[in-house]
Amino acid sequence: MKKLIVEFIKGIIKENPVLVLVLGLCPILAVSVSCVNAIGMGVASTFVLLGSNIIISSLRKIIPEKIRIPCFVVVIATFVTIVEMLLKAYFPVLDRSLGIFVPLIVVNCIVLGRAEAFASKRNIVHSIFDALGMGCGFTLALLIISSIREILGSGKIFGFVLIKGFEPASIMILAPGALLTLGFIIAFTQLKKSKGKEL
Amino acid sequence: MNNNLVVSTSPHIHRHESTATIMWAVVIALIPSGIGSVWIFGLSALWVILTGVLSAVVFEVLIQRLRGQEVSVLDGSAVLTGLLLTYNLPPVVPLWIPVVGSFFAIAIVKHAFGGLGRNIFNPALAGRAFLLAAWPTYMTTFHAPYDALTTATPLALLKEGKILNLAEMNLTYGDLFFGGRAGCIGEVCIGLLILGAIFLWVRGVFSLHAPFAFIATLALFSWAFGGTALFSGDWIFAILSGGLILGAFFMATDYVTTPLTLKGQAIFGIGCGLITFVIRKWGGYPEGVSYSILMMNAFTPLIDRYVRPKRY
Repeated sequence: MKKLIVEFIKGIIKENPVLVLVLGLCPILAVSVSCVNAIGMGVASTFVLLGSNIIISSLRKIIPEKIRIPCFVVVIATFVTIVEMLLKAYFPVLDRSLGIFVPLIVVNCIVLGRAEAFASKRNIVHSIFDALGMGCGFTLALLIISSIREILGSGKIFGFVLIKGFEPASIMILAPGALLTLGFIIAFTQLKKSKGKEL
Repeated sequence: MNNNLVVSTSPHIHRHESTATIMWAVVIALIPSGIGSVWIFGLSALWVILTGVLSAVVFEVLIQRLRGQEVSVLDGSAVLTGLLLTYNLPPVVPLWIPVVGSFFAIAIVKHAFGGLGRNIFNPALAGRAFLLAAWPTYMTTFHAPYDALTTATPLALLKEGKILNLAEMNLTYGDLFFGGRAGCIGEVCIGLLILGAIFLWVRGVFSLHAPFAFIATLALFSWAFGGTALFSGDWIFAILSGGLILGAFFMATDYVTTPLTLKGQAIFGIGCGLITFVIRKWGGYPEGVSYSILMMNAFTPLIDRYVRPKRY
């Protein structure tokens, strides 16, 4: 049990897919304009991660070594299709604001990375906790970045006006704002890490 | 006796210039244009300048304290950054605009990259680019000289495409030269800027390679391709109408963010002129001087590598 918790926690802090492994930056930069988008994207990616990790882990002995990547992609694409259809059916507004980035989860390096580095080598239970941890880490990073960008760039959080009379800096909801925010958050996490080592 | 036998490594002859003397010389060279602008646009320009400079100094001190560095605010580099930043702002903006701009310039563009001498981009220009992307409405609302009416800058009028020459703007070359037009605080008084530039050149603060290459390239391309027919563009207008003089003499000559060799500086200037022309002619913005300098800043390490002097 303790091992499983370790697998779960590492995805959030020590091996956070965005802030430490620096994977999956395309959706991070593109959809982090609002917190609602961030949670939608985070949940969708976590679902795909979970599904693909379970299937790939259970098929790991059958999948031939040489064509494993195409096999992984087919499994991942299946789950992405499910997510896309669910979003279209039940959350059409969210689906429209996430746009192309939902189908693009297929090529998200976090999902493929976990399949290759973890699920294809470990058993199903471990893979489930790994997927949940990585998914939570991804969602958390996305939520931190998007809350900063939403507050500074539109003066709102979760769509509610935060401070009246505050004039939002539109650069923060444009591409440079995403890169600046991500850069500073990564810099600060690294700073924390290096300070921890010295002590 | 011992004192006469001191052995030191080369260079043995040096001018007694320091960072501080150079920075303050540039600040002094910029002051006349600021005074001219306050004369033209009224006291609001003065408040913008003072707020920008003061906040730049405060942020410099705070961040150097935070980083545990020796506070070196007296070398004038923060004052210069603040001054150049405000010279790139319209004369009437809310006073928090220069404060935020100074913060971005000093904290992020300068100190996040390692402080004075290590920044890749010109802090003042990057601050302006940030403000322009963040609050475009404030940053593009210009005022007519000696008047509180808002109006467009000559280049913005040209960009709209309705007005194609000076006469239709009710301006003369003299107006452009002495600052009788809408524009940023520091860019309008071209006569006074040139005076400051001559002062710096005589003192040997910068060489004229980058500014001349910049101005000549832009003038040449504007003359050749700027008009309706080939070789009919108004090149004098191209030189005098925007922030070219301010940018070419005071920002394309920054020690930190431009190439070290004279040849490199000439390449830098030509690149700036080309990019400015492309932005003015086809870009989304009416003026491209600041973006061209920022882009060439990014190429500076490459240019320095390419024109490295031969070792014998």
